[in-house]
Amino acid sequence: MDLNYTADEDAFRAECRAWLRANVPADPLPSGDTADGFARHLDWEHRLFADRWSVVSWPEEYGGRGASLWQWLIFEEEYYRAGAPQRVTQNGIFLLAPTIFEFGTQAQKDHYLPRMAAAEDLWCQGWSEPNAGSDLAGITSKAVRDEAAGGWRLTGQKTWTTRGAFCTHLFGLFRTDPAAARHQGMTYFLVPLDTEGVTVRGVDRLDGDEGFAEVFFEDAFVPDANTLGAVDGGWGVAMATTSSERGLTLRSPGRFMAAADRLIDLYQRRSSVRPPSRAARDAVTQAWMDSQAYQHYTLRDVTDVVEGRSPGARSSLNKLWWSEMDVRIHETALSLLGPLGELIDDAPDAVDAGVWMKGFQFSLSGPIYAGTNEIQRNIVAERVLGLPRK
Amino acid sequence: MRFAFTDEQLLFRDAVRDLLAKECTPTRLRALWEATSGGGTVPAEPMAWSALASMGVIGLTTPERVGGLGLGLLDLVLLLEETGRVALPGAIVETTAVAAPLLAAVAGSTATKDADALDGWLAGIASGEITMTASLDGSGLFPWSSAAEGFLVADGARLLVVPRAHAARTPQSSVDASRDLATISLDGTGVIVLAEGDDAATLIASCFDRGALGAAAQLLGLADEMLRLTVDYVKQRQQFGVPIGSFQAIKHHVADALLALEFARPVVYHAAYALDAGSSDATRDVAMAKCYASDAAATVARTALQCHGAIGYTIEYDLHMWMKRAWALSAAWGDSSFHRARVADAILGAPPVA
Repeated sequence: MDLNYTADEDAFRAECRAWLRANVPADPLPSGDTADGFARHLDWEHRLFADRWSVVSWPEEYGGRGASLWQWLIFEEEYYRAGAPQRVTQNGIFLLAPTIFEFGTQAQKDHYLPRMAAAEDLWCQGWSEPNAGSDLAGITSKAVRDEAAGGWRLTGQKTWTTRGAFCTHLFGLFRTDPAAARHQGMTYFLVPLDTEGVTVRGVDRLDGDEGFAEVFFEDAFVPDANTLGAVDGGWGVAMATTSSERGLTLRSPGRFMAAADRLIDLYQRRSSVRPPSRAARDAVTQAWMDSQAYQHYTLRDVTDVVEGRSPGARSSLNKLWWSEMDVRIHETALSLLGPLGELIDDAPDAVDAGVWMKGFQFSLSGPIYAGTNEIQRNIVAERVLGLPRK
Repeated sequence: MRFAFTDEQLLFRDAVRDLLAKECTPTRLRALWEATSGGGTVPAEPMAWSALASMGVIGLTTPERVGGLGLGLLDLVLLLEETGRVALPGAIVETTAVAAPLLAAVAGSTATKDADALDGWLAGIASGEITMTASLDGSGLFPWSSAAEGFLVADGARLLVVPRAHAARTPQSSVDASRDLATISLDGTGVIVLAEGDDAATLIASCFDRGALGAAAQLLGLADEMLRLTVDYVKQRQQFGVPIGSFQAIKHHVADALLALEFARPVVYHAAYALDAGSSDATRDVAMAKCYASDAAATVARTALQCHGAIGYTIEYDLHMWMKRAWALSAAWGDSSFHRARVADAILGAPPVA
């Protein structure tokens, strides 16, 4: 066990910190889940890309820095510590890109990755359908072969598509063999949203932002080049993506350590207004400890990955931890705020411009998306502990 | 950066696991329970003790010059986890985690006049002939007291070793019949004063940290074994024509138990690393470790009992011996509430005065 970073890694941290200090906007951007806010966040993504900070862990040829997993963790720690904007490009960068690296053809890598790094193509995820949420294998959207045109015609509906109304492309699963068994006969497609026959309708989320969308496909044509991985082999390709979502790539410890530090700062400020209860002290402390525990757990996980031991289904433990911790952090903050907690946006007396209520509402989505926590508990019981499926 | 044990540390752990599986079986533990519950005497040598001493486990933290291995807490913590897994009835935390590093530190300081005597104690620890017990959490309760040659006592501003001949024991029945708990009264003679004043306070604080860390490590092992028992049980127990482990209610219970255990584990390892490295945050990190390990063991124990149903609520079935040890160790060396408050003081500053 050696919990020290190398001199090179420390230098990388210093470089991250200096760039962020010079570049992070002084005032928080408006929510990236609104049309105006999304545009402002795109400007930020372009600035990140210009100085090669948008995809640090990718190889240099695709716009990255070839950063190691340790350097990636360091970057994330510094990013969130600096209070830098949310990454509106994250579904592409963190979910699709690892899948393209693993399953994509050279031509797909060369075309899609640099455009994704530069935030020219903006990707949303097309998994859920009105009748297929947790039961993802129950999707019915289909792709019918068009041999003459050399491609596929998509029909059906995707839903709960995060930032779908603002993105340019969608990745998702469609049934290509209607006769196949439930987990077979699906293919992973890459679909430009301006394709004829594709319609996007924004849906307001719990917090009022237009962060969701429904996407309708009516005989929309995509060429063969837009399938990722084998035709009819989409389930395996999709599972590679969902394990990225549940595991490290979506939720780095830096994010929660920064949130816990901000919670402590809020606690100190509120203490000067009203003496905190023992319960509030305990809750703040538990939140801080939970973020530290997540850091230790992640350092161990990353060591395993670096040394070739795959965490596998254990990534479901990871998702349970961060998603439920995030809710507790925000519940604790709201309890510190008491009656002021309900104030949002431009309310003159809102503390921190209402970010805690905003964050609380967002945190409530964590135990639902990326596979509900009920599904994660099933996975842990069945695949980590070996309990019978039936 | 590398958050993992070395291959050597893991091989040593595996060897200790194999040895304890033979030497400290549930059958022997049950026999000890039956003997002590009936008012019988506790064996002079604790279970598996000489075998553990031969492997170097008991003398792991004792200096090499007196026959020990001279290793650190990071090496020890994995082995203590194994002693928890088998619910080892003996003072290995008090002897190896707490007393040996203390005696070595005092013997090595220039201030002491008792270096030779202390080296004698240390050599006895390493050879397995001497066990020590300690009570530093304010309770005055000494576990594993019958076999102890020395009682480590914080007496006001002094840190003492009281040899058994000068400590009159009053046995205290524990819910864990293998705990061999006692309070003691001193006859006022024969004590060895290890330190006084500020020196004593510093040494007592570091002893307390090591004891809390050791108990935390044992709680991980206890929890791991209770969860294994439970998983095995729910896979084979049939109701409504299927294994009860196929029910989501059971799956979610055991998944939550594993979640608590798997996130406590690296916290405990990190605390051992922090103590060995002399980190200025080590006390805070140990407090966090004991807090997590105590809570995780309590969660796993509760889950284990519920998933077993009525069979778990008997003393015919082994689970209760693990569960009761977990209850005892969760509370010993400071419970989770105590340690959470210590972390709070470290990260939030002192609590406001009411």
